[in-house]
Amino acid sequence: MYAGLSADEIRITGHDGDEIPAYLAQPNGEGPFPGVVVIHHMPGWDEPTTEIANRFAAHGYLAIAPNLHHRDAPGAAPDDAAAASRAAGGVPDDRLVGDAAGAVAFLRALPECNGKVGVIGYCSGGRQAFLVGCSLNVDAAVDCYGAFVVGQPPEGMNMRPILHLAENLQCPLLGLFGLDDQFPSPEQVDELEAELKRLGKSYEFHRYEGAGHAFFNTGRDSYRAGAAADGWQRIFTFFGRNLAS
Amino acid sequence: MCTYLTSTTALEGASKGAQGWFRLTSAMAYFDHPYHSPHEHTLNIDFLNEDEGPAARVAVELTADSARALVRCIEDALAAAGPAATSPLPERGST
Repeated sequence: MYAGLSADEIRITGHDGDEIPAYLAQPNGEGPFPGVVVIHHMPGWDEPTTEIANRFAAHGYLAIAPNLHHRDAPGAAPDDAAAASRAAGGVPDDRLVGDAAGAVAFLRALPECNGKVGVIGYCSGGRQAFLVGCSLNVDAAVDCYGAFVVGQPPEGMNMRPILHLAENLQCPLLGLFGLDDQFPSPEQVDELEAELKRLGKSYEFHRYEGAGHAFFNTGRDSYRAGAAADGWQRIFTFFGRNLAS
Repeated sequence: MCTYLTSTTALEGASKGAQGWFRLTSAMAYFDHPYHSPHEHTLNIDFLNEDEGPAARVAVELTADSARALVRCIEDALAAAGPAATSPLPERGST
């Protein structure tokens, strides 16, 4: 653990060269530190997301959380922007990949960065973390209960099935899921694992009994202390192994 | 659960938000993650005026049973008013 960290809102260059806001949390010291891109959940670029970034910084990671809803409602409050994004069909996959690429490039350009960058996402961000792992040159990806990696997303959303992209996965993948979840269902998690196994990909899945969706979220009834504590330990072990200098 | 499912409808009326009263043009409802409520999932309703920007929004996050109770409450209120409680819906954007 690092005793001190600093955090601020910055601007980064995202998809199509657009400037978007991002939350950057950094451990004090010269490093070198690995980097983590934190992809927020569907309710938006909110306080729980910044708390996750702060936690990574406290553990010695340069953590950045881009505001993926910025273009849907520039300057709006995160909850209003999340509603605007939903009304527009959600974050388009190509825009997400472009914004994540900007965040990865920003981290790697920091003098304190050791050059290794991982990505982690929760809920809708879990699917997007998998998408980033299949689309960009990152060193590790963590999918926390991301729905619709397997299965057809609802009509009207800017998403497409992405299981077929698994063959492009170039980094180790950690998956953390609740067995009481229905989006993704245990069967869908099994299907994803079977595909990764068939393709010979490096992956590590953990499924938690008595946990449903969003078991990491301390502000919700869905929080499961045991699953969350074990999950965080798995995450830091996984990133520690794959993002070390 | 992360359903992504969203139902929308055109509306005519008014609502009071953070900036005061504004004219309503639409609403969307979805059973998914709330922003503020501690419940895992809620029936969320956003009353909107898209022409006035994302801040022209009144948000409600209800438990499923609360949402059903509200539906009954609204239906009861409209039924009690009888024939007086009719008005044409605007044409735009109902799905």
